[in-house]
Amino acid sequence: MPGKPEFWRWPESRWRNPEIDWTKGGVITCGIDVGSISTECVIMIDGELYSYGSVRTGSGSSDSAVKAFHKAALHTGLTPENIDFTVGTGYGRVNVPFGNRAITEIACHARGANWMYGPRVRTVLDMGGQDCKVIKIDEKGKVIAFLMNDKCAAGTGRGMEVFADLLLIPVQEVGETSLKVEEDPPPVNSTCVVFAKSEATKLLRAGWTKEKVLAAYCSSMAQRVVSLIERIGVEEDFAVTGGIAKNRGVVKRVTKKLGIEACDTKWHDEKYASKGFPFDTQIAGAAGAALFAKTLAEKEGRTNEGKLRI
Amino acid sequence: MITAGVDSGAQNVRVVIMKDGEVIGRALAPAGLSARVAAEEAYRGALSAAGLTRKDVRKIFATGSGKRDCEFADGEIAGLQACAKGINFVMPDARTVVDLGAEAGSVFRINGSGGVIDLAVNEKCAAGAGVFLEAMARALETEVEKMAGLYDRSKKRITIYAHCAVFAESEVVSLVHAKTPKPDIVRGVLSAIALRTASLVKRVGTEGQVAAIGGVALNKGFVKALEEELGMRVTVPEGPDYIGAIGAALAAADGKAEV
Repeated sequence: MPGKPEFWRWPESRWRNPEIDWTKGGVITCGIDVGSISTECVIMIDGELYSYGSVRTGSGSSDSAVKAFHKAALHTGLTPENIDFTVGTGYGRVNVPFGNRAITEIACHARGANWMYGPRVRTVLDMGGQDCKVIKIDEKGKVIAFLMNDKCAAGTGRGMEVFADLLLIPVQEVGETSLKVEEDPPPVNSTCVVFAKSEATKLLRAGWTKEKVLAAYCSSMAQRVVSLIERIGVEEDFAVTGGIAKNRGVVKRVTKKLGIEACDTKWHDEKYASKGFPFDTQIAGAAGAALFAKTLAEKEGRTNEGKLRI
Repeated sequence: MITAGVDSGAQNVRVVIMKDGEVIGRALAPAGLSARVAAEEAYRGALSAAGLTRKDVRKIFATGSGKRDCEFADGEIAGLQACAKGINFVMPDARTVVDLGAEAGSVFRINGSGGVIDLAVNEKCAAGAGVFLEAMARALETEVEKMAGLYDRSKKRITIYAHCAVFAESEVVSLVHAKTPKPDIVRGVLSAIALRTASLVKRVGTEGQVAAIGGVALNKGFVKALEEELGMRVTVPEGPDYIGAIGAALAAADGKAEV
């Protein structure tokens, strides 16, 4: 709707590694994570991060996958034909038009978290747009066990968007805003986002500030996520991925309730960290998929070496 | 004896005035900003419909989630008891009662004298409540009142896969984008809420007549979808959304306050 600000709308993004020239060779793999709210594409050259793009998922999974690829490949000259192997993941994984294989987002997030946060991670909390999962992994990033909620908006990014819209606060500022209270108010009572919304409206009418209402909502969301984590048990290191990992208001409250620290959102890989590569928790699933793609490309001998590049 | 019953719900406050076992006036007001103000407004409306003034009314009982906000009530009765009493009065053969309001749904079984035997409640999740239909109507750019007409024009049964009202809204928007006919989507939506309601019905069991009350029972499309889901007839009394208020007015006549 023109003219009306959309507070739920988070910024789409992309990034490219300036140090790699893909035309110089190497196995080019691609991971595309078609989620219910956002779609990410990660392109890797020989397992090194080359570029990524993150876009809002549209009404069709395959269009969204193509859109995310173009976001990641913008100004690089790369086309899907140049990619040696593509792995699709996320709920629209089977609809990636140039996908060679589909792998579940559980496996991809586990592998991606292991790659981003390092081998000491044992519990991954992935808070996505329309689901929330807790994954226990080993030092190689292999899934040992997982639990997920994908039935209910409470505890997901979608619920957070609803609140951003209600309180007219850009969704990416919700976390910080919720921390601007001296003391946390009691959490919002209703689990259901629809009911929580009417509860929040009543609280605002009763004179609560937006900060206080958001603190109450983030706290109730954290409570919900913690109850999921406690069902499977948490083991350190504890890493958070997905869009909500960027919401400090939720992450801080989750770790406080659990009584443990979450991994710092920074690269385990020293060379990425020292060069200041952006650490985007939303790409974990697509990164895992691109890593799987590399393994599969090598195993199946599909490294496109004879193919003319350019 | 003239009594009044006030049913203060999540969205509306409804008042009935009864004289010797007969409803002689009723009115509703949206709860909006204040349930207290709404109760006052609905009461005034009901009095004027009955052609009475305040001093004609002997006793007033309140019920519903906002019953404490009704300052002029002499007593109160729990929502479940009020509905059981009310339905037993207007439909003595009803044994299984589906009560769907804006923010809560319940199904209960009663005996011949209106005593509650069994109960299943959903008040945690919007997927089984009236607000679900409102959210879907908004996504479809239609109104809840027009859903029944659209339901009748549906040619194909489709399934809404999302359980959550928030997710179902996105699913409905996707269906609209995919050019799915509106009547089919409406039927899918009504079948979804009917399915959740039917699972509550199955928990308490059916015996004798099944009645539907509460604001959602006004939606004929919902009632048809529920009948389809249960494979049995569902009867809606006249003024299904006033049953709780009737129960409260009857309780006021009995004079026993049940807190």
